[in-house]
Amino acid sequence: MSEPFEPKIIAFVCTYCTYAGADLAGTSRLKYAPNVRIIRLPCTGRISPMFILKALQKGADGVLVSGCHPGDCHFTHGNYHARRRWTVFRALLEFTGIPLDRVKFSWISAAEGAKFAEFMNSVTEDIRKLGPFDQYKELIKETEAPATL
Amino acid sequence: MRTEYPVPLAPFGQQLHTYKDCTMAKIGVFICHCGENIGAKVDCTKLAAAMGEHPGVAVAVDYKYFCSDPGQESVKKAIRENNLTGVVIAACSPRMHEATFRKACAEAGLNPYMCEIANIREQCSWVHTDPEMATEKAADITRSMVEKVKRNNKLKSIEVPVTRRALVIGGGIAGIQAALDIANAGQEVVLVEREPTLGGHMAQLSETFPTLDCSQCIMTPRMVEAAQHPKIRLLTYAEVVGVDGYIGNFHVKVKMKARYVDTESCTGCGDCITKCPNKKNSSEFDCGLGKRTAIYTPFAQSVPNKPIIDKANCTYFKNGKCKVCQKVCELNSINFEMQDEFIDLEVGAIVVATGFQVQDNSVYGEYGYGKYKDVINGLQFERLASASGPTFGKILRPSDGKEPETVVFIQCAGSRDPSKGVRYCSKICCMYTAKHAMLYAHKVHGGKSNIFYMDIRAAGKGYDEFTRRAIEDDEASYLRGRVSKVWEENGKLMVRGVDTLLGKPVVIAADMVVLATAMVPQPDAKDFAKVVGIGYDEYGFFNEAHLKLRPVESSTAGIFLAGACQSPKDIPDSVAQASASASKVLALFSKEKLEREPVVATNNETTCAGCWGCVLACPYNAIEKKDILDRSGKVIKRVASVNPGLCQGCGTCVSFCRSNSLDLAGFTEQQIFAEVMGL
Repeated sequence: MSEPFEPKIIAFVCTYCTYAGADLAGTSRLKYAPNVRIIRLPCTGRISPMFILKALQKGADGVLVSGCHPGDCHFTHGNYHARRRWTVFRALLEFTGIPLDRVKFSWISAAEGAKFAEFMNSVTEDIRKLGPFDQYKELIKETEAPATL
Repeated sequence: MRTEYPVPLAPFGQQLHTYKDCTMAKIGVFICHCGENIGAKVDCTKLAAAMGEHPGVAVAVDYKYFCSDPGQESVKKAIRENNLTGVVIAACSPRMHEATFRKACAEAGLNPYMCEIANIREQCSWVHTDPEMATEKAADITRSMVEKVKRNNKLKSIEVPVTRRALVIGGGIAGIQAALDIANAGQEVVLVEREPTLGGHMAQLSETFPTLDCSQCIMTPRMVEAAQHPKIRLLTYAEVVGVDGYIGNFHVKVKMKARYVDTESCTGCGDCITKCPNKKNSSEFDCGLGKRTAIYTPFAQSVPNKPIIDKANCTYFKNGKCKVCQKVCELNSINFEMQDEFIDLEVGAIVVATGFQVQDNSVYGEYGYGKYKDVINGLQFERLASASGPTFGKILRPSDGKEPETVVFIQCAGSRDPSKGVRYCSKICCMYTAKHAMLYAHKVHGGKSNIFYMDIRAAGKGYDEFTRRAIEDDEASYLRGRVSKVWEENGKLMVRGVDTLLGKPVVIAADMVVLATAMVPQPDAKDFAKVVGIGYDEYGFFNEAHLKLRPVESSTAGIFLAGACQSPKDIPDSVAQASASASKVLALFSKEKLEREPVVATNNETTCAGCWGCVLACPYNAIEKKDILDRSGKVIKRVASVNPGLCQGCGTCVSFCRSNSLDLAGFTEQQIFAEVMGL
């Protein structure tokens, strides 16, 4: 490969912290890798594991979930639910053979524009090192299950 | 072709479609250049062309500034001419202009919730350098939004009725100010105070900085005004023990503690107080420096001026004999059988103004508080200096009643001390210590005051001038440094400290030591926050919704904060915050019904199995159990039902739902999957 691999990463973020942090990175004109696509949700508590699986099925090479820091959730404890769900979901990912490295979880507050930019870069680099997520695409091809809605 | 399967009507009349036919969608995509902000990095023309090809997109245009007047007009025109079913504005963050464009859509006859924003400025053009990749990302973001909008539902704003009655918790200066402001605007107020009298800490103060006007002279008329106001219902010696409900519709339970005196018939003549034989109880109002009887009013100007019996110390309650007060009361107002009562209130808004406490200084063993009688805290000095205090305004040593010739004031006794005290600055101590030094100089001529300080923080109108006056006119001697030890020697209190400006240790022989104690939250603040349903910080001060932009609102809609329960504050700040809270309450009461964003959960009652996982997940207790009846009125099953007034729309319940019955309006499962697929 002459050209570097550009991974496609889908991020599920909450509107009160991480989405606002991403906006802050923008208003501060910080520069980061353009590989991440953000999907805005009211709270990380809204994020169903199905969204992550769907993103991987759709062809994402990596998925990340980010919300308010523990204790800072706008909805008091949505992020704790997300964290609990994530610990259970990790086991499922492991069981299905999806590398855990492809799914990242983090806390980024509305004031952490710089952290957001850094995190986007580091995630992009990590996923780039892992390479394209062909394993799942192969599987879809095998079972001929089309990835439609 | 897929057909629509409407779910049963949600409780508030919204209809969310589980499957939606998107083939008839006519979406308008409006790509904003934002001058150069987007245009310089994202090829907007190319983006518009690409979007025009996307299925379901009827119009895709780019323009310099869509938020401008002609820009908005062009959006409206496009909606009308093309009969658009949805709109995507690819521009700045939805936090900027979502409201603007939704309004524009509504004006063009399109349901405002059929408009979505694709954020290609803050999250694309501003943060990426490569134009090609930025354009590609912008296309992804916009396409994803188009796919979402196709599945948007025509939502209606939720209307909730408002009970136009406010509850103010706490009858100090902040609570009184908030209650008066609301009542003077013509709205009903219930003012609840847990002590037997209104007044709070301000009534205990002698003079107030920076004007040195007598605290009681400005406070007691306010207390009377609040008590006599036709719109204010005053409940003293009462505590809020339960808060249910939501903005506009709170149900509050108040415990009326037994006073053992019937306030209806009592005239406050005071015969019972003069005749009470049990006179040696420590007075809370005088901070332990004075004595009071077992049946008492906290101070002479108490509002209401009706006594209460201190059950723990009353001779009758202890020994079963006495009842002197009952015998002398001509109105038969004394009732030893009285019980606590509970009353229920319906209110639309709550102002929490529960105030503060002074820190317990006994943590500072080296200062000898509690060990030496003449080491007192700032509030005790206020009582000594107050004309209504135990010494009638004379500064006298608590130990022997002599006038102190030298007084040492120790600032930051608790504040800004991470090891033993609190990390924050209590804000008022620099000012009141300067005031104490001035009052001392005015009352004890020739008295010498020494003040150990860390910094003089005198920010405020007339504040720095005030501390300068203490130093220049009243000859307070300020020593920059900390005190390490206070001990007694030959009837004097020896204070060893350091003067860091001279770089020398100092020892001062003093007659009295006054500690500028930290302001701390009420000891039960955290429990109380849980009762009311608001957040608190690591110390127990109540959290505001936003430190800068929403400083008087709590994180719970309809509950506001005033005074030192939120953070240490002086009187002007407390009053300002109280008035701000009152204006927020009045804004809430200016409408008969509240409108709010319809981002709330809805439940499909036909598939709900009643597992109650959502009930566990909901942070707002917004999910209720509802009986489904057949024609004869028999309960067929019980299902979850979301109260749209309580639901804040976090969607935690949706991901919890095992049968996929719950969904979140505005962020439905289908919408989010479509967004993923659109990327």
